[in-house]
Amino acid sequence: MAKIFAVTIILIAIASAIPIVMHMWPMPQDISTHGYLIDEQYTDTMWEAGLSFLASQFLLAFFIWKFSSPKPGDKIKSFPGGAKGLVIAAFLLVGTECLALGVFGVKAWASVYFTAPSANAMPIQVQAGQFAFYFRYPGPDGTFGPLHPDKISEANANFFGLDTTNDPDSKDDIVTAEMAIPVNREIHLLMHSKDVGHSFYVPELRVQQDFVPGLDVTLHFTATKIGKYEIVCTQLCGLGHYNMKAYLEVMSQEDYDAWIKQQAALQ
Amino acid sequence: MHDMSTHAVPHGAPTSFIRKHVFSIDHKVIGKQYYALALLAALIGMVLSWIMRLHLGYGSLAIPGLHLLSKNGAPGDVMTPEYYLQLMTMHGTIMVFFVLTTAPFAAFGNFFLPIQTGAEDMPFPHFNMMSFWVTFTAFLVLVASFFTGTGPTLGGWTQYAPLSAIGDVGGPGEGLGVVLWAASIAIFCIGQLLGSLNFITTTLDMRCKGMSLMRLPLTAWAWFITSIMGLTAFAVLMPACLLLILDHVAGTSFFRPSNAVINDQVLPGSGGSTLLWQHLFWFFGHPEVYIAIVPGLGIVSHVLITNMRRPMLSHRVLIYSMGALALLSYMVYGHHMFVSGMNPVSSLAFSFPTLVITIPSTIVVLIWLGSLYGSRLRINSASLFALGFISMFISGGVSGFFLAQPSIDIMLHATYFVVGHFHLVMGVAAMFGIFAGTYFWFPKMTGRMMNETLGKVHFWMSFVGAYCIFMPFHYLGIAGNVRRYQAFTDDYLIPLIPVHKFITIAALFTGFAQLIFVYNLIHSRFWGKVAPNDNPWEGTSLEWSTATPPPHNNFGDKMPVVYHDPYQYSVEGASTDYVMQTSTEQLKNTDEEK
Repeated sequence: MAKIFAVTIILIAIASAIPIVMHMWPMPQDISTHGYLIDEQYTDTMWEAGLSFLASQFLLAFFIWKFSSPKPGDKIKSFPGGAKGLVIAAFLLVGTECLALGVFGVKAWASVYFTAPSANAMPIQVQAGQFAFYFRYPGPDGTFGPLHPDKISEANANFFGLDTTNDPDSKDDIVTAEMAIPVNREIHLLMHSKDVGHSFYVPELRVQQDFVPGLDVTLHFTATKIGKYEIVCTQLCGLGHYNMKAYLEVMSQEDYDAWIKQQAALQ
Repeated sequence: MHDMSTHAVPHGAPTSFIRKHVFSIDHKVIGKQYYALALLAALIGMVLSWIMRLHLGYGSLAIPGLHLLSKNGAPGDVMTPEYYLQLMTMHGTIMVFFVLTTAPFAAFGNFFLPIQTGAEDMPFPHFNMMSFWVTFTAFLVLVASFFTGTGPTLGGWTQYAPLSAIGDVGGPGEGLGVVLWAASIAIFCIGQLLGSLNFITTTLDMRCKGMSLMRLPLTAWAWFITSIMGLTAFAVLMPACLLLILDHVAGTSFFRPSNAVINDQVLPGSGGSTLLWQHLFWFFGHPEVYIAIVPGLGIVSHVLITNMRRPMLSHRVLIYSMGALALLSYMVYGHHMFVSGMNPVSSLAFSFPTLVITIPSTIVVLIWLGSLYGSRLRINSASLFALGFISMFISGGVSGFFLAQPSIDIMLHATYFVVGHFHLVMGVAAMFGIFAGTYFWFPKMTGRMMNETLGKVHFWMSFVGAYCIFMPFHYLGIAGNVRRYQAFTDDYLIPLIPVHKFITIAALFTGFAQLIFVYNLIHSRFWGKVAPNDNPWEGTSLEWSTATPPPHNNFGDKMPVVYHDPYQYSVEGASTDYVMQTSTEQLKNTDEEK
C-alpha cells in the first residue's frame, strides 16, 4: 500500500503541474505598462514555488516508498547532516528565496504604489455602490465639482450627488456607467465608495484596489491595448456582488474624443 | 529530581448521569464533548459546502428539500443569490471556529494534555466545563440565525465593515444575522480564553515528577503554544465583536463611516473606520490560522514518530519552529490587507515577515522528511493521514509564496487562488491532522479499535478527492476567477464553468468519503474490536501507560513518574524497540533531556 501511495503522490504532483506548464488556464493578457513587472515576479515565484513543490512531494514519495517495508533487523539510519544540516539548508535555500522575492518584488509594487501619477495624467473619478460602478470625467474645465451625499438620487440619475445648479465646477462634469480611456495615456483614478466596501479589479490591467468607505483612494495606470475589458468587484458587498461590473473600453485618442463628446451631450 | 507538579482540586468520580456525561468536569469527557460538537459542526459545514458547490457547478439546479431550510432563501428549492452568500458565511464560520479550532485543539488537547503531562485533571475543572458549554452556546446562537429574521449574515466569515455594521439596509441577514454572528463569536472567544488558561496552567504547573518541559511530547508542546496564541488572539476578536454589536444596538459608529448612502438615504453614523475592523479581525485572524494548524503539526509528529519507530531528528528544533510560527503569526496579518487601502508601505512591512514565516514551516517539513529517511515506517490509517497531511501542507504552503508578495497579490487577491491556498493548508491539512489523531487515539479514548479497512478507504478517497477539489481552485484563481460569487456572469469567467462542474463532482465524492468515516467512528465506538491492550501502537508517552480508557483521575492510584524523553524508539541496547517514559530501564544513551 505504501508503494501505491508513493506513486499516487508523484502522479498527483505531476498532474497538478501540467495545467501550469501547459498554460491551460493562463492569466489574462497584460494590457498595462507596469504589468510586465508583476508577471515577471509571478513567473519567478512560479519557478521557485513549483520546484519546491515538486522536489518536496517527490522526496516524500521516495522516502515512503523506500522506508515503509523494513526487513527485520534493519536499523534506524540518520539523515546525513542531521537536523542541523536541514535547518541550515532551510535558512539558506528558503531565506535566499524569500530575500530575492522580497527585494525584487518591491519593484513591481513600487511601480503601482510608490510613483506619483505624471502631471498630465488624465483624472477620472470612480464611485462604487451596491451594485454598480459610475465614472465621472471633469469636463472641459478640468475640475471636479464637490460631492453632496445628501443629493445622491438614483431616481434622478444623480449618482454622485452633484449640485449642478450651485456648483459651477460640476456643470460640465460628465457621468457615465462605462469607463472609456485613451490608449497609452496615463489615467489617475480617484476612487471612493458610496456605501460599503468594494473593489476595482481589471485582471488585464493588473490592478486591484479596494474602495474604502470614508477614505479617498487613488490609483494610476496606463493601458496599452485597444479593446473592451471587464471591471469587476472583488470585495463582498452584498447580494448583487457577483453581478457588480462595468466595462472598460480602451480606445484610440480619436475614438475617445468622439466618445467623450457624445457623453457630454447626453448629460 | 524534584516534584514539579501542583495538583488539581481533588474531585471524586461523578455518580449521576448528568455529572458524568453532561455537566462533567472531567477533562476527558469535555474533550469528547468538544469532539462531538466538532463532528456535528463539520457535518453541517460539509453539507453547506455541497449545496454551494451544486449551485456553483449547476446554476439554478433545484436541491430537493432546500426550501425547508429557508422559504425565502430557496423558493422552489432553488437558491437565491443572497442565500448562497449566507450559506457561504455560515460554512466558513462553522468550519473555522467550530471545527478547525475545536477539534485539534480543544477536543484532543482536553483529552490528552493532562494525561501527557501526567496530571490528574486540569487545574480549573469548572472553568473547563464552562469552556465547553459556553462554546456549545456559541454554536446554538450561530445556528439560531438560520431561523430568525432574514436569516444568517451574508458578509462572509471575515465580516468586513461597514457592510457588517450598517444593519438590514446592507442586505438580508445584515441586521439580526450579524448581531447573532458577533454574539456567537464573542461567546466562543470566552470559551477559548477559559480553555487556553487551563491549557497553559496544566502545561506549566501540573506536570508529574520527572516531566521537564523538554520531556513533553510534541503534541503537548503544540497545544501549549496554541493556547498562548488563543489567549492573545481571541482576546482581540472578542472586543471587536462587542464593538460591532454596539454599532447595531447602541447607535455607535466604530465601524460606520460618515456619509454612506444606501437607497438615496444618508445612513446615520460618522467617523467610524472600516479599516479598523480589518486590523482587529486579522490581528486575530492570522494567528487563528496557526491555532488551527499548529495542533496538527504536533499530532502529525506524534503519530509519525510512533509509526516511524524513531524520534524526530530534533525534538527541540520542532518545538522552536512551532514557537517561531506562533510569534511570527502576529507580524504577518497585514498580508490579508495588501490592497485594502492601507498605506502601501505597510504592505511591504507585512510582506517580509510573511516570506520569513516560510522558514520555520520549511524546517518543520524538512525535519519530517529527514526523519522519514532511514525509519521503519508502519502504514496504517493514522500514519497515512499523517503522511497525507505533509503532502497537503507542502501543497498549500508553496502557494503562500505568491500571496506573501503584494505585487502578485494584486492579481490573486480575492480569487479562488486564495481559497485553494487556505483550504489546503489550514482546512484539508488540519482535517487530516484530526483524522490522524482520531485513528491513532480512538483505542485510548474508547477502548475499541476503528476499522482499518474503512479507514484506508476513507484515506484514499479523501486524499485524491481533496486534491481534485483544491488544486483546480489555484488554476481558477490564476485565470482571475473571483471568489464569493454565486454565479459567473462575467464574460471571462464563463469559460471556467466546466472546471467548477468538475470541482463539484469531486466535492460530492470526497464528502461521501467522510460519511464512511462517520459510520466507522460510530460503529467502532459501540461494536468495534476491543483494543488488544493499553498500548496497541507500542507508543511511549504517558497516555499509553495508563488504562484504556483512562480512569477518572487518569492514572488510578499511582501517579506516574517520568524517567525518559517522550520518544525513545529503537534505542540501542533496550529490551524492546520502544522505552516508555515511565520505564525504569536504564538507557545507554546519555543525551536525554533533563
